[in-house]
Amino acid sequence: MELAESLPLLLALAWLLPLVSFVLIVLFGPRMGKGGVAAGYLATGAVLVSFVLSIVALAGWLAEHPVATPTTHAADAAALHVAGPAAAVSGDWYTLAAFGSLQITIGYYIDALTLAMFLMVTLVAACIHVYSFGYMHEELEDVTDPLVSLGDGRPLRRRGRFHRFYQYMSLFCFSMLGLVLAGNLVMVFVFWELVGICSYLLIGFYIERKSATDAGNKAFIVNRVGDFGMLIGLMAVGAGLGTFSFGDSTDVRGRVLQRGIFSQVRPAENNHALTVPDGMVRRAAGGQIEEIFRTTPDRRTAEAAVAAQLPEWRQQNYGYWLLIIAGLGIFCGCVGKSAQFPLHVWLPDAMEGPTPVSALIHAATMVAAGVYLIGRFYPVFTPEVLLVIAYVGCITLFLAATIAITATDIKRVLAYSTVSQLGYMTLALGVGGWIAGLFHLLMHAFFKALLFMCSGSVIHACGTNEMPQMGGLLKKMPWTAYTMLTGCLAISGAGIPLVIGLSGYHSKDSILAQLFSFWNHHPVHGRLLFSAAALGAAITAFYMFRLWYLTFVGRPRDEHVYEHAHESPRVMVLPLVVLAVLAVVSGWRVPLTGLSVPSLLEQARPLGTALGMPAGVVLSAVAMPAEHLSHAREVHVPVSLLAFGAGLVGFLLATAYYGLRILDAERASRLLAPVYWLLRNKWWFDEIYHCVFVRPVLWIAGCVANVDKKGIDWLADGSARLIRALSKWENWIDRRFDRLIDLAADGTYDVGLGLRRLQTGSLRQYVMLIAVGTVALFVLISLY
Amino acid sequence: MNLLTQPVGPAHYLVVGAILFVCGIVAMATKRNALGVLMGIELVLNGANLNFVAFGSLQLGADARHMLALDGQLIALFVIVLAAAEAAVALAIALGYYNLHATIDVDRGDELKG
Repeated sequence: MELAESLPLLLALAWLLPLVSFVLIVLFGPRMGKGGVAAGYLATGAVLVSFVLSIVALAGWLAEHPVATPTTHAADAAALHVAGPAAAVSGDWYTLAAFGSLQITIGYYIDALTLAMFLMVTLVAACIHVYSFGYMHEELEDVTDPLVSLGDGRPLRRRGRFHRFYQYMSLFCFSMLGLVLAGNLVMVFVFWELVGICSYLLIGFYIERKSATDAGNKAFIVNRVGDFGMLIGLMAVGAGLGTFSFGDSTDVRGRVLQRGIFSQVRPAENNHALTVPDGMVRRAAGGQIEEIFRTTPDRRTAEAAVAAQLPEWRQQNYGYWLLIIAGLGIFCGCVGKSAQFPLHVWLPDAMEGPTPVSALIHAATMVAAGVYLIGRFYPVFTPEVLLVIAYVGCITLFLAATIAITATDIKRVLAYSTVSQLGYMTLALGVGGWIAGLFHLLMHAFFKALLFMCSGSVIHACGTNEMPQMGGLLKKMPWTAYTMLTGCLAISGAGIPLVIGLSGYHSKDSILAQLFSFWNHHPVHGRLLFSAAALGAAITAFYMFRLWYLTFVGRPRDEHVYEHAHESPRVMVLPLVVLAVLAVVSGWRVPLTGLSVPSLLEQARPLGTALGMPAGVVLSAVAMPAEHLSHAREVHVPVSLLAFGAGLVGFLLATAYYGLRILDAERASRLLAPVYWLLRNKWWFDEIYHCVFVRPVLWIAGCVANVDKKGIDWLADGSARLIRALSKWENWIDRRFDRLIDLAADGTYDVGLGLRRLQTGSLRQYVMLIAVGTVALFVLISLY
Repeated sequence: MNLLTQPVGPAHYLVVGAILFVCGIVAMATKRNALGVLMGIELVLNGANLNFVAFGSLQLGADARHMLALDGQLIALFVIVLAAAEAAVALAIALGYYNLHATIDVDRGDELKG
């Protein structure tokens, strides 16, 4: 079969299998074996088959589009970049609605990025599904939740919800795969929201705990804020381009029917350079166009005049602001979903869900969606928008990293580290490192899933999240400890500089290299962004090893917890080992071939971005350097060494404070009391938002409730009272009328009683009466 | 005008019919025996029949221009048939009545008293 036919088929199957599993579990979940255990098998099987299908699809793709042979020479690398991507496979399966020329379709847009995301999502999700068999096994029977006490002080007992957990997990996988596969922005938005609702459901999985439902609400509401911006972006795209599809829509013979977003914004005739599309120019020049149509009688002449004017208007940057709005709007959605500053507050609270859910949200699905969309929508972003993206990412990465230093909840440390790593990705994309950002996204998925599942294993063993109660667990749970160490090394970017390293080493290096190359172009912005990122790398290593040391090394700080601890069952350790291996090798090149994650992603690079981004209109000084420049030796070598040095400093500091305890962490925190206080309180973001947003909203809601109670309820009550009085009065009148009617009834009754006597029952009397009556009638008639 | 001296005309028929009718009525009103009452009914019907026959007879001066001169006779026949049917039903009622009361005294059946 042709690749253009087989790819959509394979991926659609991989996409829909979790949906099938979800539907089946919804219908038959509680009846699937004891405690719904078969639901777990079903969901796991579905996602495993999806994974296999993704591999098949990727193999098919690689057979058609072999990756270029690698080269260390910079010039050749440049040639590789410019060689251009493999064409994406796009199309529509079904048209939901058509408004004029604007069509809402269910379609697909498949390129190497889609395939890589499919592979990553299904693989990580499969590991998490398997792991959850061990982690959620309590849910198979009735559960006693010690965190929820009933009115009489006893803990809550409820039925296990094993099947429901897998039901949501399946829906989550389906939504995420749909989001990645989507061929147009509307479909992206739909699955975007589905991902949101799934995270809401799973974060609030323990619905009886108030903190869990609050966290679910917070995640959902904060995401709404971002989605509001995204809707604006969608409108700008729809109004300006007249289509939501990424790719061109063609007929059977391959003629272009409607140009997609990418080919409109970066048309081939303009050498794929960023161009304000005709539709946006027309929107911006609406007044002039109206004028032309008013003064020219003939429509066709007027149309021609407008068409002739278009290049000139474009020269004057008409419609450029619309392009900026579209980009910023879409990015707003990504800020919410990928937990970027200032909407990062929901992610740490999302820890209330079961740990496998945290792993899924933080690694493969929810937060990856935002970064993925930045990458997918990359061709439409103007340099101004990219700079905003870069700064948002930079602030996020720095803020979150600092907060992670002081957190004591093991999952919260990981949550802030996720926020921080997402900041890295956003920053990389913002300064033109398309490959670097998405590369880090994929690598991060593996090691962050690993770290979360390790922390889950620790929590499972200890029954607490608090690191100050742990310590010395290395002997008790060696598998967890060493896989987690692998994860820590990977996220810190450990490796032998310039030779080889764990997955994080490669991706973080490419991000820093791109930043360095940006610094070379823009001393002002570049210095700030680069130093924040480099500092962030040191902090990352510090807090990760702080976590590891506090958990696994040293004397046990809580004897009870230590006695209780044990290694997790095999079903939980196996996915850890798989992910640990991936965290080590996924950044490597497959031996003897050119295949590696970056070279695969290179095939999907948006057209026209290989040579960097020329300066924009509003900020004419900001241009993004081409990514291949960052491979140059004079950039690569110092950055690599610097990144390694930063990581090493962080590692050594953590070792000194928490590993060997040469330095006293308590003293340091007393010494830097204000800073410690600031970080301990998470920069007061929650408090500030509470004062600035939550409190006013509650106040307004209180006012509205008062108006409702005092005003509207008063009206309703008043009218009710009025009606009551009216009916009382009416009742009184009615009683009078009743007298009359009663009288008539009484009369009739009496007459009946009298006439009753006539009815003697004697036949002879009747005959007599008839005869006499007839005679009497005749007499009467003859008389008158 | 003395009827006894007149030739037989409609008036005579009417007188006989009226006597029959009154006899019937009296029988119905005075007889306690249900069969007596039935006989009274037959008398009433036949009294009426006599009137129909008299008025319908051409010999008695009915106007042939206005009728077929058979109307009265036809209705009389009809009444006879009706009387037969009625008698059958009435006798059945009498039998049922007897089953219920072990008598056919109509005064004993006052269940329909108001």
